[in-house]
Formats: sequence, structure tokens, C-alpha cells
Amino acid sequence: MTVGVLALQGGFREHAAMLARLGRASVEVRGPEALDGLEALIIPGGESTTIARLIPRYGLREPLRDFCAGGRPVWGTCAGAILLAREVDALDRPGLAAMDIAVARNAFGRQVDSFEAGVELAGVGGGPFRAIFIRAPRIASAGKGVEALGRLADGSIVAARQGALLATAFHPELGDDPRLHEYFLSLGGVNARPAIG
Amino acid sequence: MSENGATERGTWTVKTGLAQMLKGGVIMDVVSPEHARIAEEAGACAVMALERVPADIRRDGGVARMSDPEIIVRITEAVSIPVMAKARIGHFVEADILQALGVDYIDESEVLTPADEAHHIDKRAFTVPFVCGCRDLGEALRRIAEGAAMIRTKGEAGTGDIVEAVRHMRAVQGEIRRLCSLSPDELPAAARDLRAPLELVERVRAEGRLPVVNFAAGGVATPADAALMMRLGADGVFVGSGIFKAENPPAVASAIVESVTHYGDAELLARVSRGLGPAMRGQSVASLPEGEALAARGW
Repeated sequence: MTVGVLALQGGFREHAAMLARLGRASVEVRGPEALDGLEALIIPGGESTTIARLIPRYGLREPLRDFCAGGRPVWGTCAGAILLAREVDALDRPGLAAMDIAVARNAFGRQVDSFEAGVELAGVGGGPFRAIFIRAPRIASAGKGVEALGRLADGSIVAARQGALLATAFHPELGDDPRLHEYFLSLGGVNARPAIG
Repeated sequence: MSENGATERGTWTVKTGLAQMLKGGVIMDVVSPEHARIAEEAGACAVMALERVPADIRRDGGVARMSDPEIIVRITEAVSIPVMAKARIGHFVEADILQALGVDYIDESEVLTPADEAHHIDKRAFTVPFVCGCRDLGEALRRIAEGAAMIRTKGEAGTGDIVEAVRHMRAVQGEIRRLCSLSPDELPAAARDLRAPLELVERVRAEGRLPVVNFAAGGVATPADAALMMRLGADGVFVGSGIFKAENPPAVASAIVESVTHYGDAELLARVSRGLGPAMRGQSVASLPEGEALAARGW
């Protein structure tokens, strides 16, 4: 019962640390063979152009697409959300096109415009989630089967779910709040608080 | 983080967070939009926009300053990845200008001629985050205390000789391991010896690592150099002259990106290292004339 974290580049260590806090083992995924037997997968933040180039270089594109289509939970944060999207503006490589959302890269501006803000998330109790947006994308549109879980005050969708696929424009792994990781683990009917061992 | 609703820019989490997203990646020095596109195409996670790479700064001599904003803007327009730029040590007006240009990270860099021999920039006063060089743990913590949200080794830029980057990375990691072996009542003396704030020294001991991301820089010329620095504990790698002073820059750039992702995979390193053509010729640090070491700038 292990969660994979795609570890080609970016914030994979932070996701692994948050999973460890929840008593959950994780493995770093750098090639297709590492996907075998995983119960869920996180595609972390990082540089989407970099990760989009490395995915096909190691034969990961089709295995990742199959994993996304297989019903197991997959969560993309920031660059990961960009890679999950069916449509992306200004990404010069195909992503995984696994989720029926259209995403705009760097939608809030450059690093000086990066910000944190409170976001109410449907299905995540306990008050607003302090969300960290770093050169963040925006979910510009979502298809019929997609639920918008969270929006900024200006109406921008920043968290969405389609079945067991989850996309967030922000970085829950950079904060101190494990609620979204718990929510993600619950998507596949996976118990977020397993017995140790 | 303050109360939960408010939107805030330039927080510590937002500044350090971008560096965390650069981890496992390669930041490449570029001097033109064409270079920047080659770097992006090869998989660089960011570029450093410069007028001259460090090897040329070293060769040309004279005063090295912030790059012409025209070059920085044209590079910014050419790529979608983050763009960094260098300000002189202590030159907070160059930093103001770089922030106004919208660069994503400022490198307060010893590669440029220092503007202030006593004071580094007060980096806490800026919205844009800063990266600074260090030779050891004390220097890293002094820069973090001033607001640096990312650290890199100084190495010896423009030489293509990895020896100084190795020295600096081993110094930082070794001193962290040493701190972790001390008892709490020994930390004030350790902070005094490191010339670093006690609060940061205590935090390093508690977490067993620097509180910010630490990249390797200064002398990386080959995929093996990059992987060596990752094996020594770097979170990622800056490559300056090593790419565009090599014979085949796109191939070297791409191979270094792969070597940083798979730094522990010797077979992959062997494969990506093949047929790259001559690396930059370089100059051994031991042969540098006295007073020409850039790493001695800053304190």
C-alpha cells in the first residue's frame, strides 16, 4: 500500500514528507517500472517544461496515462496539474491529457506576483486552506465530469476533481496543513489513517 | 503565514517555495534569447540572464556589473521558465531594478564586482527572492539571516574546475553533521564560531539540514560533475560557463539535466556522457593568480 511521487524534478521530497506525517510510505518514481503496485500517484510541482521533456525521455508517458485511466487516485499540484490537463496554453510538449480541464500557465504573473491566500475547499472541512501559489497556473475551464473544489475571490478555479483525479494550482506540500493529502488518500477508498505496519 | 483569509505576496513561504520547485533541476547561464531557448529546450528549470558568462568575465577583467536590462527583458520574453539575474554584492539599487524588471530570483553574486565590502543587501526588504553563495555553513546562515531564500555554493565560477564547489559543499554538509552531534548547551559556542545567529544554528541542528534549498555552483562542466554535486547533497545545480563554452551546448545541457535527475544511476550517467565532444577547456583553480579567486568576495 504505497503512494508514488513522480521524482523527475521539483517538489517531490515535500510530498513524501507530508505522506510520512500521515503514516504513509511513498516511493520516488523515475521510470515506468516504479509504477507497478502503487495504489496512488502524486505528480508534484516543479518546472512543467522540464518535467514534460523528461517524461517521454524515460518512456513514462503511456504508463502514466494508463495509470491515470485506471481509476487509482492521481494528484497533480501546480506543474503536476498542468501535466494532467487535457489542454494547456503555452506548453510546447504534450502533457498527459488525462483530466478534462484546460489550464493557463503562469496565469497570475511572475514570481513577484506569487502569493498565498485562504481558499475554501469543498469536501475539506475545518475552514479555509492556506494555499501557496508560486508562478501558479489557473484552471481556465473544466468539463462536465469535473467538480470545481475551490476558487479564489476572483472566481478562478484553483482545485478540481474528476473521479479519482485531483488537480490543485497551489502547493499543499509547502505548508503545514495535511488536510488535502488526507483528502487525496481518501479518493480511492484508501484509509488515510492506516494502522501502522 | 498570517490570518487565513488575506492574500499576501513575497512571504517567506512564497520565496523559499520557488526554490523548492527548482530542486532536482539545472539552472543555466545564458547571454541571449537564443541561448535561453537552447537551455529551455534541454530541460533547464530556470535560466540566469547575463551579459557575459563567468569565464568571459574572468578573461575580460574590468568591473562586472548587473547586466543590461535590455538583455534581461529579451531573455524573459524568450522563455516561459523562471529567469534569474545577478546583482553586485551590496548593490541594493541594482536589486531594485531587477525586481522592477520582473525577474523571478536575484543572485547577489560574487561573480560581479562587489559594490559594498561590509554589507550585503537587506534581502528581507524585497518581494522578489534572493539566492546567495556560500563557502561554509556560517556564511550560508549569515545570508539566510539577511533574507536569502536559497543558497548555493560559491565554487569558483568560470574555471570549469569542480574542486571549490566540492570543498564548499563538503564544508556545509560536514558542519551540519557536526552540529547534529552537539548537545543544546554547546550551540551558543557553535553559533559564535560559525558567526551565525543562534536561532538558525538551533534550527539546523533540529532539522539536520539548511532551512532553505542549497544548490551547487561554480565549476560544473560535465554531467559527472553535476551528479557528483548531487551525490554530495546538493538540491540542484547551476551551470555557468560549462554549457555554452562546450563544443556542443545543446547536447551538454541535455546530458547535465538527465544527470541531475538520475544522479545515482551510473549506467545512465555513462550513456548520457558519451559523445558530447570536448567540455569547456577551463582553468584549474590551483593555477589562478593570487587575488583572482571570486569566492573570496563577500564574508
